Amino acid sequence: MKHLDAAAHTRGESAYVDDVRPPTGMLYAQVFPSPVPHGEILALDVEAARNAPGVVAVLTAADIPGENQIGPIIRDEPLLAEDEVHFAGQPVAVVVAERPEQARKARRHIQIKIHEKPAITDPRQAFSAGEIIDQPQTFEIGDVDSVWANCDVIVEGSCDIGGQEHVYLETQRARAEPLEGHHLRIASSTQSPTAVQKTVAAILELPSHAVEVDVKRLGGGFGGKEDQATAWSCLAALAAHHTGQPVELVLDRADDVLMTGKRHPYLSDFKLGLSQDGDILAYEAWHYQNSGAAADLSTPVRDRTLFHSTNAYRVPNARLMAVCCRTNLPPNTAFRGFGGPQGMFVIESALAKAAETMGVPRETLQRKNLLQDGDVFPYGQRAEAARAVATWDAAVSDFDLPAIGDRVAAFNREAGALRRGFSVMPICFGISFTATHLNQASALVHIYTDGSVSVSTGGVEMGQGLSTNMASIAARAFGIRPTRIKVESTNTTRTANMSASAASAQTLLNGNATLLAVGQIVERLKRHVATKLGDANPSNVEIVDEQVLLDGSETGWTWERLVLTAYFDRIGLSAHGFFRTPDVWFDPQRRKGRPFAYHVYGTAITEVTVDCLRGTYEVDAVRIVHDMGRPINETVDLGQVEGGLAQGLGWMTMEDLRYSAEGKILSGALATYKVPDVYFMPDDLEVKFLADADNPLGPFHSKAVGEPPLMYGIGVFFALRQAMRAFHGRDVAFDAPLTPERVLMALHGDRVTELHRQAGLSAADVSAADVPVLVD
Amino acid sequence: MAVTRFLLNDRQISTAQPPGLLVLDYLRHHQRQPGTKEGCKEGDCGACTVLIGELDGEVVCYRPVTSCLMPIGELEGRHLVTIEGLNLPELTPVQQAIVDQGASQCGFCTPGIVVSLTGLLMAADARVDRTTVKQALSGHLCRCTGYRSLKVAGDVAAAAVGKRTGVEALVADGRLPAYFLDAPARLRQIHSDSAAEEGAAAAAVVNVADDGTHPAMIIAGGTDLYVQRGDDVPDAEVEVLNLASEMRQLMRGIERWDGHLRVGALTTFEEFGEHPEVQRWIPEIADYMFLIASWQIRNRATLGGNVINASPIGDMTVLLLALQSQLVLRRGDTDRTVPMGSFYRGYKVLDKAPDEILTNILIPDVDAQTRIGWEKVSKRKCLDIATVNCAGRIRVEDDRVVEAGLAVGGVAPIPLELTATRDHLLGQPIDRSTIEGALAVAQTEIAPISDVRGSADYKRLLTRQLMVALFTGMFPDQLSVVEFIGPVPGASAA
Repeated sequence: MKHLDAAAHTRGESAYVDDVRPPTGMLYAQVFPSPVPHGEILALDVEAARNAPGVVAVLTAADIPGENQIGPIIRDEPLLAEDEVHFAGQPVAVVVAERPEQARKARRHIQIKIHEKPAITDPRQAFSAGEIIDQPQTFEIGDVDSVWANCDVIVEGSCDIGGQEHVYLETQRARAEPLEGHHLRIASSTQSPTAVQKTVAAILELPSHAVEVDVKRLGGGFGGKEDQATAWSCLAALAAHHTGQPVELVLDRADDVLMTGKRHPYLSDFKLGLSQDGDILAYEAWHYQNSGAAADLSTPVRDRTLFHSTNAYRVPNARLMAVCCRTNLPPNTAFRGFGGPQGMFVIESALAKAAETMGVPRETLQRKNLLQDGDVFPYGQRAEAARAVATWDAAVSDFDLPAIGDRVAAFNREAGALRRGFSVMPICFGISFTATHLNQASALVHIYTDGSVSVSTGGVEMGQGLSTNMASIAARAFGIRPTRIKVESTNTTRTANMSASAASAQTLLNGNATLLAVGQIVERLKRHVATKLGDANPSNVEIVDEQVLLDGSETGWTWERLVLTAYFDRIGLSAHGFFRTPDVWFDPQRRKGRPFAYHVYGTAITEVTVDCLRGTYEVDAVRIVHDMGRPINETVDLGQVEGGLAQGLGWMTMEDLRYSAEGKILSGALATYKVPDVYFMPDDLEVKFLADADNPLGPFHSKAVGEPPLMYGIGVFFALRQAMRAFHGRDVAFDAPLTPERVLMALHGDRVTELHRQAGLSAADVSAADVPVLVD
Repeated sequence: MAVTRFLLNDRQISTAQPPGLLVLDYLRHHQRQPGTKEGCKEGDCGACTVLIGELDGEVVCYRPVTSCLMPIGELEGRHLVTIEGLNLPELTPVQQAIVDQGASQCGFCTPGIVVSLTGLLMAADARVDRTTVKQALSGHLCRCTGYRSLKVAGDVAAAAVGKRTGVEALVADGRLPAYFLDAPARLRQIHSDSAAEEGAAAAAVVNVADDGTHPAMIIAGGTDLYVQRGDDVPDAEVEVLNLASEMRQLMRGIERWDGHLRVGALTTFEEFGEHPEVQRWIPEIADYMFLIASWQIRNRATLGGNVINASPIGDMTVLLLALQSQLVLRRGDTDRTVPMGSFYRGYKVLDKAPDEILTNILIPDVDAQTRIGWEKVSKRKCLDIATVNCAGRIRVEDDRVVEAGLAVGGVAPIPLELTATRDHLLGQPIDRSTIEGALAVAQTEIAPISDVRGSADYKRLLTRQLMVALFTGMFPDQLSVVEFIGPVPGASAA
């Protein structure tokens, strides 16, 4: 089955929030952001903006009737700044006008006076200053302290891991329409309709049932609309509440990049101890998470860093610490992988350093320490159906790793300025929300009398193919053609109390809920038809390819006849299914449990070429063996693997999120923040699904696929590093992204002093030139 | 108020909207054609891609452009085609291939990609292969797929169409709406209507306001102007240069002329790179074009606009500067010629009066003894602004450098001609010692600053490395890269 929406997408007919024909009298809102990263608001003058052409309202914190609070877990984030601002781009006011361009122009007339305070952008500095969110969190297994003495090799080091802008192609947007009785309907580009509903209700002091949130589709989310979509819906709703008219709020790209949080940058330290045979004996990691100015989802992101700090490796003794550090950047948030990638990068770095110290290939250490069934993760869960070794070995043999190694070595012997490198990157990613209560979902299924079917779930279609999977699952479970199924928009009036579409768990949760709903109706239909067929046993009835079979033989009953007769017999043709993931739990006090329903495994082999003259590079090939369980839609699933990989490659290479020391974004546009394009991604890209991979918990034995493939991208860092070391044989810092700048400076930075001398520069000249400036 | 007349898909439009209004905003807000998406409004994502058809003799040539950087004034006498204008009752081969290959996920980038791939197939003698498919995708960001499926979709669509490319064949085969066949006649009609009305106005090259309070914006391509001042353009009094009408012929065309190659200032990057004379002059121009902007942007960005915009890192500017180009500036009917090397006086300060217009660029003849090179490094290889770029034109006679032009971008407030480095080279043989000397002199001429594209030190180092690449590329028989990238004597291993 192909992606359900794809045909409409190609015709430009798929409607996103602002593509829907505007209702009469619609107004347009724009946000006025704080111009500085930290300070006390002394005065805010919106009069001139209020009097600007076309302006209907300018709203500030004082206009919020309910509570000025949008923090999803920790209540530390106002919708509109009141007395202080904590990041450049923090919303301070919202301008509502008859035309979007009028609102944009009017906001230039807002005057704000701020007593600026020093801004912190470095998480270690924030930590030292006591600026932390929640308490530091530690996972422990075994007895690290006593094992160090037994280690033959101990390596220590640090990593500097960059953040990542989501670059969903569709920026944040929402449209709010007032309904009778002060109720509101909101069309939002959100991964979390319930979060929008609850927060809008709280802002406007309404009960949840007064706020209907509808989500048809997202033009990409990737975590960036899990929590960060809420504010824009709230502001549109606030404006609709005050004006009594529909209001649309669309952030343009510059505002979106300025105002929204991103993947968390991390500064991390590691210490790894091994036996002389290369067995990991002990591992310690300290992660300083750059959380930004408010908690947002930083605490569960921190926790997932800890859950994945040992990646796919058996680590018998570990102490893993992570702390959320409050800085004056936009509140950082969910992004595909949710803290897991940062945790994995650090242990991969530690293994690289250990391999270099021991003089063995990195792959030798990686392979030797891969998880096996029965191994215990630091959070107490036992590995079951572990496929770290299976995917590794399949990748090594299918893609002939020894030949790759030989080819690279031969190339490097006579390469001039070019050097090649390769890496192997295993992944292990836990599936479930680590907050156990979120692992629930419901589905509502109707059959209409003509046999067509409507499916509503709490899952949001953001391109990942959730609707397609729901249609496939419902069709298979009913035994009918997928074209009979319509997957509805995600709507809070049809589905209550949804968890966000996140954690890669939507097909698992909503697919199982759909199966449960369908199952109820199918049971009723079987009983109905069994009666009609002369009191047959309902359990001998099947629906296959739209035909009713009894004891495996055709009955002449079609799906349509079945449905219509059931209706006349007053059989309920609707059902609600509710699913809770079984056997998952986690004790936050002991930090032990079984938080994940299962794990996804896989292995990627990456090859690169570095131009050691220019410091540029090419990704030559990425080849992956991925544990997909049994795919529901191979085309859709393959798209998830390839797309996740592309984002991971971008994160490790060119996606260079930069703020000035004062906390102002330097890479604030797509002209300065680059993501992979068609030429960056290798033509040689191959994904194989691991054969014979069942998964009883997944619908039809499928496995989650949204997040895990992103972490294959980490491999490119180590492939580049290997190529660079092949050129000069020296150490290369574990600083990501490995931009062309970092590559060239690592290869030839020792030449800079000579260049200064040639230029006749004094030390003062050099430091004066080193203060980054904003460019246009 | 000026009226702009054009075809929008199958409809003729006559609009009095301000000529500086963006085509994208016009489509989404005034015409309610929401298939064209806004992703970045700076030409980087391609979600807003449309086709612009322009009369070329008896036929209309269609090129993809980003509608977020194009004023509607420039649509005069042209055919604007959006995704809505490509739809048929059934999916077209491009659309079907994207569906079949799973090459559309969230769908936001998809309409623009369909437009570009269709544009690729609409040229009568289109070369459609993996290289051109990638070129057609080069100006598009897709954050979902990782591009493999899109590349395959392009291959599959191309295979389905086979040799039956071009508007007529596509229409005949039911792969393009039939209204395209009427476009040439309808555009000719618009042109003759306009010509009848314009009359005397055609004599003047341009009207420039000089009251200082409400400055006219002169738009050649506008591909950087809209990025810098997008909110201001629609309200400003704008003069759109890049029109199809006859009065612009003075600023168009490429020809040999009086010991030079004359290049009209309105020549687009794509026209420049594709021109046989240019390819003869600059044999590796196609390689350079690959690293400059995207197909959509190259279809609109003009050489003249690049020169006047005076970005210190303009890719084409640096090339033209090294080529020792001269600029022809016109005021009224008087021309003045300025060497490009003296044109840039400071950051965006030009040797040009407000009412002077750059009409032509003159590139001096090259001969068999002349080598030309161009280098660029950016964070992303393609469709990115250079961190540093540089170019050279060196003529060697009897083993000595007799003429040299060198320019570097991104390391000074202006596109920088390296005159001292040039002087160092003159009269010298091309060997390692000469080049090491030149590299050292170049360090005294540049003054990079730190910004998001790189630190000052990185730009210094990159300047050296790119000049090594430049010289070793121009003189592979005399120089070898490895001589220049060994360990630094006396430097400590960092």
